[in-house]
Amino acid sequence: MKPDTEKVLSILASHENDPSNLIAILQDVQAEYNYLSEANLTLIADTLGLSVSKVYSVATFYENFSLEAKGKHIVKVCAGTACHVRKSGPIYDAIYEYLGLHGKKKTSDDGLFTLETVACLGACGLAPVMTVDGEVHAKMDPERAIELLETIRKEEVRA
Amino acid sequence: MSKLTREEFRVLRTRAEHDLAQSREVPSILICAGTGCIAGGAMKIYDNFKSECEARGLKVYVGLKHDSDEEKSLHVKMSGCHGFCEMGPLVHIEPMGVMYIHVKPEDCHEILEKTVLGGEVIDRLVYHLDGTAYPKQEDIPFYKKQHRVVLENCGTSDAEDIEEYIAKGGYSAFEKALFEMTDEQICRNILDSGLRGRGGGGFPAGRKWDGARKQKSAKKYIVCNGDEGDPGAFMDRSVMEGNPHSVLEGMMIAGLAVGSDEGYIYVRAEYPLAVNRLKTAIARAEEMGLLGTNILGSDFNFRIHVNKGAGAFVCGEGSALTASIEGNRGMPRVKPPRTIEHGLWAEPTVLNNVETFANVPLIIKNGVEWYHSIGTEKSPGTKAFALTGNVVNTGLIEVPMGTTIREVVFDIGGGIPDGKKFKAVQIGGPSGGATTASDEHLDLPLDFDSLKSIGAMIGSGGLVVMDEDTCMVETARFFMRFTQNESCGKCVPCREGTKRMLEILDRIIANEGSLEDLDLLQELSRTISETALCGLGQSACKPVQSTLRHFRQDYLRHVVDHHCPICNGRKRRLVIKPELCKGCGKCKRNCPMEAISGEIRMPHTIDNDKCIHCGACWGACPFGAIDAIEEEG
Repeated sequence: MKPDTEKVLSILASHENDPSNLIAILQDVQAEYNYLSEANLTLIADTLGLSVSKVYSVATFYENFSLEAKGKHIVKVCAGTACHVRKSGPIYDAIYEYLGLHGKKKTSDDGLFTLETVACLGACGLAPVMTVDGEVHAKMDPERAIELLETIRKEEVRA
Repeated sequence: MSKLTREEFRVLRTRAEHDLAQSREVPSILICAGTGCIAGGAMKIYDNFKSECEARGLKVYVGLKHDSDEEKSLHVKMSGCHGFCEMGPLVHIEPMGVMYIHVKPEDCHEILEKTVLGGEVIDRLVYHLDGTAYPKQEDIPFYKKQHRVVLENCGTSDAEDIEEYIAKGGYSAFEKALFEMTDEQICRNILDSGLRGRGGGGFPAGRKWDGARKQKSAKKYIVCNGDEGDPGAFMDRSVMEGNPHSVLEGMMIAGLAVGSDEGYIYVRAEYPLAVNRLKTAIARAEEMGLLGTNILGSDFNFRIHVNKGAGAFVCGEGSALTASIEGNRGMPRVKPPRTIEHGLWAEPTVLNNVETFANVPLIIKNGVEWYHSIGTEKSPGTKAFALTGNVVNTGLIEVPMGTTIREVVFDIGGGIPDGKKFKAVQIGGPSGGATTASDEHLDLPLDFDSLKSIGAMIGSGGLVVMDEDTCMVETARFFMRFTQNESCGKCVPCREGTKRMLEILDRIIANEGSLEDLDLLQELSRTISETALCGLGQSACKPVQSTLRHFRQDYLRHVVDHHCPICNGRKRRLVIKPELCKGCGKCKRNCPMEAISGEIRMPHTIDNDKCIHCGACWGACPFGAIDAIEEEG
């Protein structure tokens, strides 16, 4: 993908091109593109006067950054303690199987879903929880989780 | 709004107090807008109430102020977290003091007609326990044993309304500190109060502050640690969401105490609502001139920034957190020098947790003696806990330090659901330990020092309750996997040690471990805790150490019996069907435990005391005579 240079530059400018704002810049760029492309990382490094390796080291350190393109919908299953003891594991396994994932592959073949875990959303009272595109779904079980993805998939097909 | 002087601020407070008193005369509908209730549909309920009111021709006010001449007016407000997340979405009706649970958007019409306008309580929406209805929040057993000080305003106030905070005494502690106290006096107050860091360590906050105050440096920083990474903990989130101004006020007082003009709040990216509420609160305070330059007409300047984390547990560690604010990989460094000497951008820095800062205005306002009247001698004040797991009432609670585990789990938490037996409480997350169901542990007061005596720690305050269906080896592995995954990789003991410990735990859970593995776990734990670089690495083995100490039985099931009824289901017994066995002896030769006996050409039998269920006989038998029978019970 060709980087939308202007957009990235305006994000950089909104952070005063200050290297100490690197994490915030990466967050904003990722919010825009869903992931951090090599071209964008290079652009950020050049603009901030940092080495590409420095930017890469920060981008790979934090769990929230992705260097690979993701699916259209991001599904996150909470793997926090409260959700774990209320059996969030089987929900993850069911979705994993439903999306036909294997090994390190976390995005479904149709590019619709990316499955991730999150270390506690702090909504432990509603455990086990999962989120789809940031929206929290409370007290889930494997059946309801699949049903939810099924609904989204049907809407996508119709659209 | 123009920037206020001290006099103007006092006028504003008097007016806000008046508005608050007046607003209490008209009905208010308070909708809990914490993360839990929003996930349950609180925003839709809020919108429905507003449109229902409009349909009835009622004038709706969202802020404190209202026109008292106007008839038939009411307030519809979003509040902070009430803590009773299990029962959400929650709606409060004032001044009746009624609390409704599990409210659905379609209930709004009925609530408005019957309760708000008619004064009638809808029984269906009231909390019930053992046949008794509890229409009022303060009567509910979940709240009865609690002592809400830091969380007092969460749930009764509109978190985004600075005037309501001021009307309830907010920023008066800051005003007092700014005009009536010296930096030394503030530090002395915090030191005398005995306030200890709520983030886990329990280090006296006053000593930190006074240490930073004495540093001779033109630039100093105040940093608030809102990187609440312990899975199963959400106290800080609730404070930041429900009472953001109390955090700002605490930081501003710290700024006065040490001579700093700049503060940072580092918040987990997983808490978007907290980030927004803090940013709104900062903007409001800046508009009023409570933040910025020449605050309230004095020569004190203070600015606060909000930084979002990017998903690294290790950033909860002080030096990793400051590295992350600077835009680097969040990795801890060797200490000393300590953060108060060499913190953010190498300047003296006071770093405290959210809950610690939220305690500060209360101490300055109400005095040291008041603070000591709550809690225990060495751990004064209250502590917020996130009560979760296999417990009837999950949610956010605040109790005086020294409350026993029994009171928290059974009186406030309502015990274990589905008639199951209580097994353990895991305190302090991946850096903490587990307590057992013994009376000695149940009657243990929750404070900094008692818990250390049994190898647990208060940590940031996550309390995860576990029932009899929980295998503690599996729990230890869960935390070890978490820590291993979050290890930053800088020091070898943590990076490699946790990996090996996880491998051993995996082996044990697969029933392939041995007694020697338990000794190895002990030895690795000791080595890692003594040699890891930062606090997180040093405490990474705590869950393993404490479960080995208190739940050795669970480990023995895996390494001696090679069968855990919880992890592997009911125990199965291998038998030889006499009608199919030809007595060939193949099973006997293949059995590694010499558990099979029998004469040649006669049906053989398996000695179940020796059998380890390895299945070698099953694979060897050419006649399909080996069968597995599920044992009863």
